[in-house]
Formats: sequence, structure tokens, C-alpha cells
Amino acid sequence: MLPKWFDKWNADHPTNVFGPAILVGVVGGAIFAAAMVVTWGNPVATSSLQTGPRGTGMSVPEFNIALAVPDPTIASYYTEEPYIPEAGAPLAGDIYQNVQVLGDLTEDNFNRLMGAITQWVSPEGGCAYCHGDGDVETYGEDTLYTKVVARRMIQMTQNINENWAGHVNANKEVGVNCYSCHRGQNVPSDIWFKITPVNERVDGWSAVQNRATSLSQATSLPSGALEAYLTDYEPVNVHDLESRVAGTPGVDVASIQKTEMTYSLMNYFANSLGVNCVFCHNSRAFYDGGQNTPQWGTALLGRQMVIEMNTEYLVPLEDEYPPERLGPIYADAPKAACKTCHKGYQQPLQGLNVIADWPELATSEAPVYQ
Amino acid sequence: MPEYQNIFTQVQVQGIPEMGMDNENEMHRERVGKPGFSTLMGLIGNAQLGPVYLGVYGVVSCVAFMVWFNIVGFSMLAQVGWSIPEFIRQLFWLGLEPPGPEWGLRIPPLNQGGAWVIAGMFFAIGCGAWFLRTYSLAKEHKMGKHLAWAFLALLWLIFVLNLIRPILMGSWAEGVPYGIFPHLDWTTAFSIRYGNLYYNPFHALSIVFLYGSVLLFAMHGGTILAVTRYGGDRELEQIYDRGTATERAALFWRWTMGFNATMEGIHRWAWWFAVLCPITGGIGILLTGTVVDNWFIWAQEHNFAPMYDGSYGYENYGSYEAFIGKEN
Repeated sequence: MLPKWFDKWNADHPTNVFGPAILVGVVGGAIFAAAMVVTWGNPVATSSLQTGPRGTGMSVPEFNIALAVPDPTIASYYTEEPYIPEAGAPLAGDIYQNVQVLGDLTEDNFNRLMGAITQWVSPEGGCAYCHGDGDVETYGEDTLYTKVVARRMIQMTQNINENWAGHVNANKEVGVNCYSCHRGQNVPSDIWFKITPVNERVDGWSAVQNRATSLSQATSLPSGALEAYLTDYEPVNVHDLESRVAGTPGVDVASIQKTEMTYSLMNYFANSLGVNCVFCHNSRAFYDGGQNTPQWGTALLGRQMVIEMNTEYLVPLEDEYPPERLGPIYADAPKAACKTCHKGYQQPLQGLNVIADWPELATSEAPVYQ
Repeated sequence: MPEYQNIFTQVQVQGIPEMGMDNENEMHRERVGKPGFSTLMGLIGNAQLGPVYLGVYGVVSCVAFMVWFNIVGFSMLAQVGWSIPEFIRQLFWLGLEPPGPEWGLRIPPLNQGGAWVIAGMFFAIGCGAWFLRTYSLAKEHKMGKHLAWAFLALLWLIFVLNLIRPILMGSWAEGVPYGIFPHLDWTTAFSIRYGNLYYNPFHALSIVFLYGSVLLFAMHGGTILAVTRYGGDRELEQIYDRGTATERAALFWRWTMGFNATMEGIHRWAWWFAVLCPITGGIGILLTGTVVDNWFIWAQEHNFAPMYDGSYGYENYGSYEAFIGKEN
């Protein structure tokens, strides 16, 4: 294969190339690695957030390079301070047609909020995304589904801020507005649709698990956990609270399968917030509220909140949507869960207060400006 | 590099295949396969491959394992709609699940866990025949039955997992699914469901014997290799005619930790550690859900799970804002 002169030269000059080659390779590799670490820094340095008593190993680690970069969507957040209304200023409900929500706002504040919603939800489509291409006089019409959905979403936002402060304002005033989920997109990322059964030719528990899907978070755990636990108030807990309990699994007490379903939900929780089990639990006794962290209570409320959002706001909108907005398998309405808002962060938008400038969205009553 | 420092076996014998003896039962007839030699295999063991003694139990176990393997494999293939690419892509995720808890101990349709019951039956037959094979081959060779009993220890764990315990619990759903990730999911769910298996003392014992086996294996292998230059690898001769290799190995451990096993006794250590791993593990599994339903609470009742005094000090932990660098 090789030229004859090459083989001949090699035969005439026998040399052990392996010794020098290994030496050069090892030393060269070490120098290269050292140079990379010196110039680029340790790529895997981490910091930890303590979540439980010392000695329990309860902490949430994160790469320093990830911590150094704030959530990129914070920079593109649009906000504007409210106009303090003068006494007797005309209200939007009196000026415009068909104002079913936000009618208590003054004209200035109403238009300020409309402009902000455009920035938050349809920066490219503009006003026309909900109001159509007609003149301003036609803005009162409900011809587009986007407007009908948007109105309901405003009510949902007000409801969350008004009734679920235990979750959205658990640590400080943060609240939610349209941007919490939409982040400048018509349809928020990380919504979900029903996909179970995921396996063909099988039925029952065999059909809903053992596939890498978006809803199983690419695990082989059940893919139906969000449907089971975030559209229904079915209890997620699986443990017996005494050391010895009589009963048949799946009949009187929880089964292994139910446990995997719960595990799937818990794994989704953790991934959605960029945390781990011990952010909420002392993992030696998952069930024990006495050993759980304060954020466990926040998460518990969050689940109840999401169930209400899905069952009372998002699922009933199913008939309003055009086909391309519905689920790929069952044509079901898009639904929300933890990651729709959290986007992988412990606190959405890393704790940015998104109702500070928007008292209109913080209450379903007439807003109070200060 | 000195001659005796090697990772691989240094002596390979290749030539006319060693066919072994025949015996009064004419075992020769049931040996199959034309023997061959592999230099590669010779680096890690005997260079000769085959022949294999098949026998009745060998045939039965091979057929049974093959049936089990095919039921599991084709069940997985059916679940991805007979798509080979998808089968390869999802292979580690796919599984053959036991019946759902709603079926109790009844046999459900094949596509709801019935196939798991049948596959498990063939797996049990295969395991049983394999045990008889190890026993009968040892008997034919006029060996002790240590290997057969050791395999039986494994069978104890296997039968507890998917036969004895599900029957005691009244539900096939408690059994382990067949599949790479699915059986790992089962393991985690099993531990979580029954209140943390780490507080099950038999689970703890099983871990002791598992890691203990690894440690003993490394100590023994290392010791023998280290005295091979003095003939220490001829362990059987060293047992009845102790030479300098044994003396040095014994002195090494006695001076290191005050005690040493003997050339013979170390193998009894290894055998007991190995068999006690599945025996204690099986006991732990058997007690879970049948006798104890929450191991953490059980451990508190028996005073070996410590309780904190309640002053967790959450307010003193660093804040999220500090964690993400938004404030000091």
C-alpha cells in the first residue's frame, strides 16, 4: 500500500516511535489542558443554595457560568409607570365599545396597558394581532379568537394576582402579567397537550409510560402526570403514614404505578424550576411536611393554582381556538404548568416584580394607583 | 517494564483442543460446538472456546430464556408500532410492564400485563433449569455444589421480587417490569413508595455484602497477583503446603490490620459475602409492603432515624437574590 521507498527507509532505520509519541502526547495534552483552564477558567465551578439544615446535604447547586447570566428575557421586558388619574377622568368603559374587562381604567392607563400587552404578547403583529386590520372604530368587535382569548387571559392574570398571592408573592411582591408566560411570543413556550397513550397495542399502565416524550421529560416515567395532577385535584401523595398499614396496592393504598406517576410530576416540577428534590423535600422522608422546606408550601399552592388555571380558564377556551393552536393528537386546548411561567428558573424572570407598574392586572376590581 | 508487571494473562496455551474427560454417564455425547482458540480471549482467560455441555437442563433453560427474551423484545417492538428505528431509538426507555394494580392476582389480557406474566413464567423456568444445570454438572464432575447454592441465592431474590412478594401483596402490579430504564424507575418508586428503603436494615446488610464482596475481591485478587512471583497463584498447592508466597501474603495483612484470612478461608469469605448479598436483599424486599409499609417511620420507632430538634434556621440561609448575584 505504501510506496516501496518508504517501507525500505523504515526497514533501514528502525526507530521506537511509541516511547517519544506517548511522552509528547501526555505532556502536550497536559499543557493543553492547563492552558485551557488558565485561559478559559474552570468550566464547572458551581455555587450552592442551602435549603435545609447543615449535614443533611440539602442544597441546590448551579454552575457559576449559568448564575452569571441573568434570564435574557428580563432585558426585553417592557414596562411603563401608570398615570395617576385625575378625579372625574373618563373611563375606558365609557369611551370605547365592548370593554368587558379593564373598563374601570382611565383612557390613558387603558391605552398604556394595551400598548404594553402588544409588547408582551405580539410585538410583531401589533394591535392587529387581536383587533384586526380595521380602523380603531372596529376595535370593539370580537371577530378574532385572539381577542376573546386575551380577554379571558386578562381575567386569569387578575385572578392569579388577586387570589394566589400565596404562590406568586410568596417571597416578595412579584405577581404575574402577560409577559410572565408569553415573553414576547404569541403562544407561550412550554405549554402542554395531552399525549397519552404513548405506546401502541397496549392498554392500561403499559400504554402511558416507558417512552421518552416531552411530557415525561425524556424519562421512561409516565407521560400522563401533568394531565393526572394538573387538571385534576387527585392527591399526589403515595405514602403510608404509619410503619405498618393493611391494604392492597392500588385498592386501599398507593401502588408502585401511582408512585411513578407522582415521581414523574415531581421530576417535572424540579426541571421546570431548575432545582432538585431537596429544594422542597428532605429526601429521607419525602412525605413528611415537618421536614419539608418553606418552598414546599409554595409549590403546593402552585399546583392548586395551575389546576384552577387549566380547568377554569385554559381548557374551557378550547372551542375558541383555530385548529393550529390545538393539540397535535387530541386537538385539545393548550394548557399551562410550572415551566410555562418559570422557564427553568426558581422564580419567573428571576423574581422581577411585574405588577409594580400594573395595578390594573393585580386586581379584578378598579385599580388603586399610588 | 519488568516481566511480572502485566494487566493481562501472560501464558496462553493453544494447540490441540482440550476435550475433557468422559465419565460413566457419557457426558461426552452432550458436548456441542467445535472448539476453537481466540488469542484475544486468551488475554483475559483460557484461549480455548468450547465445547459446551448442553444437556437437558441446558436445552430447557436456553429455550425458556429465549422465549422470555422474545416476548419482552417483541412486546417492546409492538409498542413502537413495529418500527425498527424507533425501537433502537427508544430501546432503553421501552419496557414490558406487569399488570396494573386493578388486576390484583388475576391474569389480564396480553397487552395489559398478561405478556409480563407469561414472560416471567418462562424466565422462572429458565432460572430453575439453569440451577439444575449447575447442580447436575457439579455432580457429574464430583464437585461440591457451592456454585449451585450460590446461584440459588440469586434465585431467592429473583423469586421474591416477581413471584413470592407479589402473591403476598395480592397484586402482580408490585412486580418489576422488564426494561432498562423501567426497572430502574421501579427501583426508585419502590424505595419512595415504602418510605425510603435505605432505612430497611436488610437493605443495609445487602449493601454491606455487595460492597464487601467488591472489597474482598479486590483484596484477594491484589494479594494473589502480588505474590504470584513466589508461586502464590497456585493457591491450591499453597493451601496444603504453605510456601513463602502464603507467608508473605499473610504477613502483609496481619501486619497491616492485625488479622489475615488463610489461603483456603479467603474463598469462604468471598462465597459467603457473595451469597449473603441477594439473601439479605431478598429478605428486605420480602418484608417491604408485607410487614413494613414505611421504613422511615419504622426506623424512627426503632430509634435509628434521628430527628432534628425543629430549629431549621431557614431564615439564616442565603437568599435567592444573593444566589443569582442580584444583591449582596
